[in-house]
Amino acid sequence: MTGFFEDIGRYTVRVVNSTGLLCAMLLKSFLYIFTPPRLNIRNVFKQMEFVGVQSLFVVILTGSFTGMVLALQSYTALKRFGAESMVGPTVALSMARELGPVLTGLMVAGRAGSAMATELGTMRVTEQVDALFTMGVNPMKYLVVPRVLAGLLMLPLLAIVTDFVGSVGGYMIGVKYLGINSGVYIGRTLDYVTTGDIFEGLIKSLFFGLIIAITACYNGYYATGGAKGVGKAATSAVVMGCVLILVSDYILTSIMM
Amino acid sequence: MIEINNLRKSFGAKVILDGVNLTVQKGKITVIIGRSGEGKSVLIKHLIGLIKPDSGEIILDGRDITSISEKDFNTVLGRFGMLFQSAALFDSMDVAGNVGFALREHTSLSEREVMDKVSEKLRRVGLTGVERMMPSELSGGMKKRVGLARAIIMDPEIVLFDEPTTGLDPVMSDSIGDLILETQRQQKTTYFVITHDITLTYKIADTIAMLHKGRIIESGTPEEMKASANPVVRQFIEGRAEGPIKVA
Repeated sequence: MTGFFEDIGRYTVRVVNSTGLLCAMLLKSFLYIFTPPRLNIRNVFKQMEFVGVQSLFVVILTGSFTGMVLALQSYTALKRFGAESMVGPTVALSMARELGPVLTGLMVAGRAGSAMATELGTMRVTEQVDALFTMGVNPMKYLVVPRVLAGLLMLPLLAIVTDFVGSVGGYMIGVKYLGINSGVYIGRTLDYVTTGDIFEGLIKSLFFGLIIAITACYNGYYATGGAKGVGKAATSAVVMGCVLILVSDYILTSIMM
Repeated sequence: MIEINNLRKSFGAKVILDGVNLTVQKGKITVIIGRSGEGKSVLIKHLIGLIKPDSGEIILDGRDITSISEKDFNTVLGRFGMLFQSAALFDSMDVAGNVGFALREHTSLSEREVMDKVSEKLRRVGLTGVERMMPSELSGGMKKRVGLARAIIMDPEIVLFDEPTTGLDPVMSDSIGDLILETQRQQKTTYFVITHDITLTYKIADTIAMLHKGRIIESGTPEEMKASANPVVRQFIEGRAEGPIKVA
């Protein structure tokens, strides 16, 4: 019985400790942007290229197929009410408000988040992080801040791409395959989708970018236990990132509704 | 001069350093010997601030560096260089990127000047034409040499070596020993080495100290250590399985 309570106590201490470290890393990341020495801009661009440009292919692929399947599904449902003309707005609204940012977040968490955690974890267990420290370079500023900035800046841009290719995918299926009039499809879409909808999606993706970068950096930066520890860090980064994206998506949606 | 006074460190219930007292002479090579797992790496990491002690002092030129502010410690760090056990070269950078890293971060030297200094330090450790090679293309001995070039690029006053010959063949180990002596003699830098390589220790040490069960149990010149009557020291330097040190 005592062992049971000890386990609960140990687990609680671990969770509180991890949450504290994660929050401290988040706060320091923002603080270090503005404190001297000056941030290594080259590093930031390198991470932006990694998170943004190198995720483009997977995001375009996911976005376009999601838009296409959404058009097919919504057509099946809307046809029952004779509202086939609403396929365009349904696809565009779903992409802009929900699927664009969430799918982009999940894809980037899987691709860039795991890679970030692996890279930082490997640097940690091979003493490269310690080497940075001994050379008078703040490892958190050098390694974490560029990744957090890249996540924050690139996720909204990737979400816009996902929204666009998703809508194009929906248009292709709706107009070319299902035979909805092109003018009606575009007209209805423009009638119902507002800039507010797109903006809401962008706000979400900003949060998702931060979540992906900070969970990946946290898991990698504090990795222990050699190759096994690095593998665990990568898995934790993806799982933690994806779960937090979905939970925060609900919270953000209820706040912005 | 570095003075370590009553340094203690535990991880959970496990006591690693149990009151270490040691004086590191300026401009000399001090070698800490001891079995694996005795806390040698923990001790060296205290010197460079990677680990904070539970209690005790590390006095560098009259100042306790364990209790100074982060900002002041950064100034102290500028006086140190360190060669890690695995060399800890940055995988994502080539040799020139690794060796010139501190120069690019902390000085306003032009790229040409950085490259000149990088080539000069690489020559000092016996390497030429490797600037564009990636760490994955280097042998174990070359990695250590590049790590040493990186450690001395800012001309530090104190260089720390964590197991400099681990994983190297005897010939390469001897060559690293020569390199340590050569680079130390050129600038009269203070070298602090931890190792369990007795051959290397006799070759380079001005002072040897043995760490056992969290304490320095004996220290002296190589000759004094060779003549030591302490059975633990004798067993270790003679490399015998029988004796007071029990093999688990």
